[in-house]
Amino acid sequence: MPDMTTMQTTNGAEPMIRLQELTKVFPGQKNPAVESLDMDIPAGEIVILVGPSGCGKTTTMRLINRLIEPTSGHIILEGEDVTKVNPDKLRRRIGYVIQQVGLFPHQTIADNIATVPKMLGWDSKRIRARVDELLALVGLDPSQYRNRYPKQLSGGQRQRAGVARALSADPPVMLMDEPFGAIDPITRDRLQNEFLRLQETIRKTIVFVTHDIDEAIKMGDRIAILREGSRIAQYDTPARILSAPADDFVADFVGHGASLKRLNLSRVRDVELVDWPTAGLESSPAEVLAALRGSDKGAVLILDGGRRPTRWVTGRELGRADQPIAELGHPAEAIVQRHTTLGDALNEMLTSRVGCAIVVDESGAYLGTVDFATVSAEIQTMRQDARDRSRAEADEIHGSSARNG
Amino acid sequence: MDAFLAYLAAQGDRLFASTLEHATIVLISVALATVIGVTIGVLTYRTGAPRRMALRVTGIFLTIPSFALFGLLVPFLGLGTTPAIVALVMYGLLPIVRNTIVGLRSVDPAVVESAQGMGMGRYRRLLRIELPLSWPVIITGVRVAAVITVGIAAIAAVVNGPGLGKDIFRALARFGSPNSVPQVLSAILGIIIIAITIDLVFVLIARFTTSRGIRA
Repeated sequence: MPDMTTMQTTNGAEPMIRLQELTKVFPGQKNPAVESLDMDIPAGEIVILVGPSGCGKTTTMRLINRLIEPTSGHIILEGEDVTKVNPDKLRRRIGYVIQQVGLFPHQTIADNIATVPKMLGWDSKRIRARVDELLALVGLDPSQYRNRYPKQLSGGQRQRAGVARALSADPPVMLMDEPFGAIDPITRDRLQNEFLRLQETIRKTIVFVTHDIDEAIKMGDRIAILREGSRIAQYDTPARILSAPADDFVADFVGHGASLKRLNLSRVRDVELVDWPTAGLESSPAEVLAALRGSDKGAVLILDGGRRPTRWVTGRELGRADQPIAELGHPAEAIVQRHTTLGDALNEMLTSRVGCAIVVDESGAYLGTVDFATVSAEIQTMRQDARDRSRAEADEIHGSSARNG
Repeated sequence: MDAFLAYLAAQGDRLFASTLEHATIVLISVALATVIGVTIGVLTYRTGAPRRMALRVTGIFLTIPSFALFGLLVPFLGLGTTPAIVALVMYGLLPIVRNTIVGLRSVDPAVVESAQGMGMGRYRRLLRIELPLSWPVIITGVRVAAVITVGIAAIAAVVNGPGLGKDIFRALARFGSPNSVPQVLSAILGIIIIAITIDLVFVLIARFTTSRGIRA
């Protein structure tokens, strides 16, 4: 069987971080907290360590910047064995964000962010420019926040300042330990989205610890599901973890509703849109009726001058049409964009009287719709893909063992 | 009351000099106690047994009756300023050591962890993060030590130490004679003025040396 931990490494490129037989036994404990872990973390990806509490995921992360010293094994960073180098120097090359953020309360936000650059001996002009650049990058207006103290910021703003601080010396690697764990669900969702957008530009190698499988699926390019002793149960893309869990442990951990979760990995732009008949606000009832008759649908979508959806009008409502079109039918709701996930689109559909979500572009102009049939077909395709892949793997294993035998 | 005011008028210059002497010996002792006490606190706050030992020993110092302690130091240090300062430092240690330990131990572990995670070494962490964050607690300990020492410094007169204590002892030795009561009262007044001034000065120092980010 192919080696679970290395088979996913991107086409032979050198990993940013390589863990080799990494082991940690805490004094006085019989079982290792991390047991002979081998893992490659490819450059520029978000790798999530996820697992039940006590599985050793945080310990594993803290072994990477040696806040916990390994009992045995090696940590290779950018091809260099850093298991024995000066830990403080190593840590200045690795950004670190924890759940409680840990901003220094007695220092301004600017001083907090300047911590590592100061230790690295940057001159003050360069530091000031970098601080402002980072504050802007994480969405905090520098002129407003530079001189504030942490207690003058909200939880979400503190978290952003923490990310800015971790990015200060532009480290290639960031370690994030449940960074959004202590934040209310609405802010968390926004911070997660912001962070994903940020990552598209900064392209850091990120090791991200969470216990929340939904967060793992949302944030991860790759997910390592860990069981006790930080042993890897499966190390794979979110799509593969959801559609082809390696064993019962992974399937249980992912939990019920894997298909629904899988829908959050596909976006509206990935599926074919369904067209509905449309008419302009100024159309006569006869024209609307003609549009309706020309299709197999039961309603016409009325668009305004900018082709923005305004109302749904059904055939029956057209019958008693002594009113202008703009007052007929009901308002067009359930409007989504191309980057909306299918999961969210499905949610919107459920609230729509017509049973579909309207897709619009950035200017709000109508593009098409997504309906239940589209989503259902997508689920079928995912299942089929998963089955095909497992079968292909089974054949491969069978084939290789047959050759060996 | 008239007698008191007349005494003050006649002896004002001498009293003022004694008061300055008294304040000086207190400030020297507190400065030494701060250096020693903060050092002891920093060295012991993270380890259980030494920490308990430091608190116990400095606690015992404070329970020794001051009259006895001054007397006990004479065979080793003779008379005068030296035994007075040594004794005052011993009395000032407990509040400083205790507040240093409490202050350092109450620093948010997440803050220390993030400092360590960013590559701040042990000393940098202590100087830049832990001590500044525990500073309001430490300075309060120093303030308490100073106020305690102002009173005890009066007893230093038994070892021929400087300060207002001399006036009190002399007057008590000839109690009942004219001027003895005004002499005691004026010495006590001087001590109270020193204590209040020192207390105020420390409140101001604490205020201006504490970061705005952690001020209450």
